[in-house]
Amino acid sequence: MKVLVAVKRVIDYNVKVRVKSDHTDVDLANVKMALNPFCEIAVEEAVRLKEAGTASEVVVVSIGPKACQEQIRTALALGADRGIQIETDTMPESLNVAKLLAKVVEAEQPQLVILGKQSIDADNNQTGQMLGALLDLPQGTFASDVKVAGDKVNVTREVDGGLQTLALNLPAIVTTDLRLNEPRYASLPNIMKAKKKPLEVKTPTDLGVELKSHTRLLNVTPPAERQAGIRVSSVDELVDKLKNEAKVLRGG
Amino acid sequence: MDFELNEDQIAFADMARAFAQNELEPNAAEWDQEAIFPTDVLQKAGELGFCALYTPEEVGGLGLSRLDASIIFEQLSMGCTSTTAYITIHNMVSWMVASFGGPAVIEQWAEGLASGQLLGSYCLTEPNAGSDAASLKTTARRDGDHYVLNGSKIFISGAGSTDVLVVMARTGGEGASGISAFAVDAKSEGISYGRKEDKMGWNCQPTRMITFEDVRVPAENLLAQEGEGFKIAMKGLDGGRINIATCSVGTAQQALNKAREYMLERKQFGKRLADFQALQFRLADMQTELVAARQMVRLAASKLDKGHPDATTYCAMAKRFATDVCYNICDEALQLYGGNGYIKEYPMERYLRDTRVHRILEGTNEVMRLIISRRVLADGAAEL
Ligand SMILES: Cc1cc2nc3c(=O)[nH]c(=O)nc-3n(C[C@H](O)[C@H](O)[C@H](O)COP(=O)(O)OP(=O)(O)OC[C@H]3O[C@@H](n4cnc5c(N)ncnc54)[C@H](O)[C@@H]3O)c2cc1C
Ligand SMILES: Cc1cc2nc3c(=O)[nH]c(=O)nc-3n(C[C@H](O)[C@H](O)[C@H](O)COP(=O)(O)OP(=O)(O)OC[C@H]3O[C@@H](n4cnc5c(N)ncnc54)[C@H](O)[C@@H]3O)c2cc1C
Repeated sequence: MKVLVAVKRVIDYNVKVRVKSDHTDVDLANVKMALNPFCEIAVEEAVRLKEAGTASEVVVVSIGPKACQEQIRTALALGADRGIQIETDTMPESLNVAKLLAKVVEAEQPQLVILGKQSIDADNNQTGQMLGALLDLPQGTFASDVKVAGDKVNVTREVDGGLQTLALNLPAIVTTDLRLNEPRYASLPNIMKAKKKPLEVKTPTDLGVELKSHTRLLNVTPPAERQAGIRVSSVDELVDKLKNEAKVLRGG
Repeated sequence: MDFELNEDQIAFADMARAFAQNELEPNAAEWDQEAIFPTDVLQKAGELGFCALYTPEEVGGLGLSRLDASIIFEQLSMGCTSTTAYITIHNMVSWMVASFGGPAVIEQWAEGLASGQLLGSYCLTEPNAGSDAASLKTTARRDGDHYVLNGSKIFISGAGSTDVLVVMARTGGEGASGISAFAVDAKSEGISYGRKEDKMGWNCQPTRMITFEDVRVPAENLLAQEGEGFKIAMKGLDGGRINIATCSVGTAQQALNKAREYMLERKQFGKRLADFQALQFRLADMQTELVAARQMVRLAASKLDKGHPDATTYCAMAKRFATDVCYNICDEALQLYGGNGYIKEYPMERYLRDTRVHRILEGTNEVMRLIISRRVLADGAAEL
């Protein structure tokens, strides 16, 4: 069984995000970038399937400028077999990504596609779902457990009310939630070996996809600075403030 | 000349940093206070390749350069100085065993040391032979197909918790040329370990005295040839000095990072500490000196990698400079924390305690000056 994993280059989760002074975007100059944590979980799951003998090959694909090859190498160091970079000038929006991935899926014919549920930069949470729609494949999103059984995959999903388990026919699409697994460290020898693994570069034109803009970024503002707290003198005052100032309590 | 890290070095450093942040830093204070030698974490470190960075690949090592190793150790030491310092000593032992051991020694120990399944100690110092290591008195007398070891070693890092000892002992006459090196099973009959020394820092690794009483060591455990022991002990230390200096650089970087954060938060006289120019300038000096120390260490590592004839002098200069400068940076960083710097709830005092010994061991900084001045004053020597 072949597994395809989509991975995205994002700002490192340790970095304190700064907004550009003209508010056009987040400032990425001289900022540490990393593999999106949910994508890392997706890679880990695929590698575990391979180690268990369920998967025979793990292919990672990333879309973006040349620098995203770093994240492909990271995924290869974690145990993926080969990589595909789809070269674009900027990071395309979700629907474009889904269209490009759909073409890769058609070419590679994986039985399972694993993606992160969202990337920590834009928090869109839609690429996996769009891919499912474009390919008309079953999808199991927010997975906290994935078990392949014959021609089905059982996906336990973290939903608002608790856990829901779905049986999907393969081929299928899975998006990962935080608790699916705890990714390993890439060992130093595997980091070295990753350099020798194949990495193919393609363009949207090669795949016959024309990138289109569906949204326009108008303005980016940082979250409001946290205000200093105040001391209240009684429970009554607290309740009063919660009701009338913060407006988080009602009635009475 | 290229001063930038290459792609591999960036990837190694990223991984080492993640390991330090997740596995070392959260535990370092407890290991220090409870004097816990974290062997489980050393196992994990071994699985990731940290236990044999520059050991040759044929015997399970990674065959990386000293410069690569320094870049990696720097990241690890940001998480825990003392654990990383032990890992560097282990690397030195792993390298010596793999580089100078005969087939039997390699067969028995090289892979175990490379993977971290077996841990190593380096045994040179004696109660009456510290800086003057070449005057050591431990003897190795040939007896048939064995050597018989007698004597004692002091201040041995890891001793009592390690598996393989590299022991320098006298097989010939006085002076350096009478010394040979051996790989010795740490559990051999006749070896006894002293009590765990109560130390200022480096508390998460045991330091003990070792006594050898008629310890029979197979002759095949000799490293290199008879009489070459001191030479290879010093070769080990060239790299060891880069490593120890690196641990100072990483710790100072961590201290600087913490001081910076603190200055941005702590307010006195109605302003953040970061708003006082006197303190801003202190931070500027700390940063400048830190970069100088780091570059000096990397230069020495590169000289060693290239087999430069003055590599030993460069290692000595780097060790002297980086361990002194970085200790001062840790002290300054502690000062910026005010009273909190002195309290164990914060790591600043631990950084100071842990880096203090770097100015003493693997050759004191006075001995470094001996090495450097000897070279500078040598007849007809070229400029360094
Ligand atoms: C925590 C710890 C761990 C250690 N781990 C190991 C280990 O794993 N293996 C090992 O073999 N050793 C180890 N050592 C020993 C260490 O290498 C020695 O302590 C060091 O070499 C200094 O020797 P000494 O203590 O005998 O001091 P001494 O040699 O007695 O020196 C005392 C002082 O005199 C100065 N001095 C000595 N000679 C001269 C001179 N000619 N000119 C100017 N000044 C001089 C020294 O610089 C020093 O300041 C460890 C030590 C410590 C504290
Ligand atoms: C072990 C111990 C015992 C103590 N015992 C007592 C005691 O018995 N009684 C008591 O009252 N107090 C005691 N103290 C408190 C001690 O006096 C304070 O820690 C000290 O005055 C520093 O204050 P701080 O810790 O708030 O540091 P901060 O004032 O926050 O200073 C942090 C750093 O900023 C620097 N700094 C602050 N303002 C400026 C400025 N304007 N310009 C330049 N640099 C500046 C400081 O010099 C310091 O380096 C004790 C502290 C310790 C650690």
